[in-house]
Amino acid sequence: MADIDNSRRKFMSWVAGLLGTVAVFEAGWIAATFLGSRPRRASRAEEPEFQTVGPVERFEPGSVTAFRDGHFYLVRLQDGGFLALHRKCTHLGCTVPWIADEQRFACPCHASAFDIRGEVLNAPAPRPLELFPIRIDNGNVLVDTTNAIRRGAFEPSQVTRV
Amino acid sequence: MTQLGVHQVQKNNKTARRPGLVARLWHSIVSSSLYSESGNSGYRGAASTLILHARPVSVPSSVLRYTHTFGLGGMALVLILMLMGTGLLMIFVYEPSPERAYQSVLYMQEQILFGRLIRGIHYWSANLLIAVAVLHMLRVFLTGAYHAPRRSNWLIGLGLLFLILVSGFTGYLLPWDQLSYWAITICTEMLTYVPGVGETLQQVILGGEVIGPATVINFYATHTTVVPMLLVILMIWHFWKIRIVGGVVIPRNSGGDPETEMGYVRFKPDLLVREIAVALILIAFVLVVAIFFQAPLGEPANPGLSPNPAKAPWYFLGFQELLLHFHPLFAVFVIPVLVAIAMVGVAYLRYDADLSGDWFLSAKGRSMAAVAAATAVLVTPLWILMDEFVVGPSGWLPGAEPVISNGLLPFAVMATGVVAFYILLKKFYSASRNETVQALFVLLVVSFTILTVTGVWFRGAGMALGWPWQT
Repeated sequence: MADIDNSRRKFMSWVAGLLGTVAVFEAGWIAATFLGSRPRRASRAEEPEFQTVGPVERFEPGSVTAFRDGHFYLVRLQDGGFLALHRKCTHLGCTVPWIADEQRFACPCHASAFDIRGEVLNAPAPRPLELFPIRIDNGNVLVDTTNAIRRGAFEPSQVTRV
Repeated sequence: MTQLGVHQVQKNNKTARRPGLVARLWHSIVSSSLYSESGNSGYRGAASTLILHARPVSVPSSVLRYTHTFGLGGMALVLILMLMGTGLLMIFVYEPSPERAYQSVLYMQEQILFGRLIRGIHYWSANLLIAVAVLHMLRVFLTGAYHAPRRSNWLIGLGLLFLILVSGFTGYLLPWDQLSYWAITICTEMLTYVPGVGETLQQVILGGEVIGPATVINFYATHTTVVPMLLVILMIWHFWKIRIVGGVVIPRNSGGDPETEMGYVRFKPDLLVREIAVALILIAFVLVVAIFFQAPLGEPANPGLSPNPAKAPWYFLGFQELLLHFHPLFAVFVIPVLVAIAMVGVAYLRYDADLSGDWFLSAKGRSMAAVAAATAVLVTPLWILMDEFVVGPSGWLPGAEPVISNGLLPFAVMATGVVAFYILLKKFYSASRNETVQALFVLLVVSFTILTVTGVWFRGAGMALGWPWQT
């Protein structure tokens, strides 16, 4: 009799513990969902959104044009190819200005430097500047600034040509 | 009956035989003996009240000496109370959104009476608190007060230190000026180097891909509600633990007569007046500093323009300095995680003897700590200079992967040096593990302090090394 009582008691406290644990997880899940679905959260767009930044002729070969709203630089290489470089330093996220005299992007935070193709000239930046996809349509340059593309090194295939 | 009670009785004839309700309520919170001419009404008087039962009735006279604790724990408490008071006021003015944050801080400073003073007190208390909390931790460590039965309180203390750092970090963003925006950018970007979860962690903290409205709300809620709540809970736990182990660690042998050394004095007034004196001096100090040195407020945040140099809050500049010398994986993940493990683990090591109570444990411990500190003062600047001018940013093994050449290799050299230091010192002094672990701790603390000092004063534009008066 005592054994039965004991096992019943054990079972009940085990059930209570289980229910309590479930309740804690439920509450945690509700809290996380609540916080996670706040509308302020900036989300990546699912579909690429190409936006026109200007006619091809506007950008001289060898030039770097800053687009503040789009957070990128439109680079036209000497051979006429286009690159859209994310302005965020790959080291710790500072905004890199283009220093035209030295032909380099120089990060003010930790002295990282990048060449016109976004390749690292100076550590500590571990990767080249990130890219935005470019399309050329009817003589206009279009850039999709929703998704930055990481890359390990500069490759000619990254350049969009007219 | 006390004077306050008498006063109440005279006012209220219906309860002529008993003290009034207000008086009784008051006395149940504050010891009536505080007001009595005769002084202490004994154990019952102190224990039956709400505030003073958190404190002992009597304390060993040997812990009263100021240099035993420097009153650092009490100072931390006073600063936290000041922060809560001024913070509570600022909640009524501050508007947590990128559009309004800077304007509301400016408005508070320019239009609201005492706005500048309140913000100044908050700012200076917060900065002082971080220093005081770290010094308090050093005091506890260097008097060996982290062994059982105080071991669990060492962990609670580490939790409190963590909360204080989170509080400082989240508060840093709220003024929304250039300094705050870029410091938080750098710090949260550091997180992306944590393997696996780094980017998710960054996005949870920022509430999105970049610093924006969600970030301000996250930081505001954390800073004004989450952290203070947890702080209060942990603080009560911390104080209760001190109380149940019988107060702070007691000096083993102060060289005096054991009869008098073991003498006890009453908490009130002997300890209480000392605590009040420290608290008042500290409050006066913070007030004077806040009046003469305003809390800085720079240009409004501009995501398109990083200031040069862009620095993390000063208490994280040691880590930012590490970033200049190590691959980010090591600077923001491997080394901090190892430090955290060491901080917790130091209380759980098996020790040769119980040497707690005295500063630096023993005469041998003192001289070993001095050797460790001198080593750190010599080696750390040398390391910084060598890395800057000899090895260069390409790393120690040009051509290899950066994580090897700039991460694993220098880390292995450093770790070997630390281990060799430990073994040599232990052999040379034939010291106990307590003393050698303490020396190692001193070595690391002094090194990190030098890194922080370098980051604060010796890093100028582009984070290049330079003298403070040139940068």
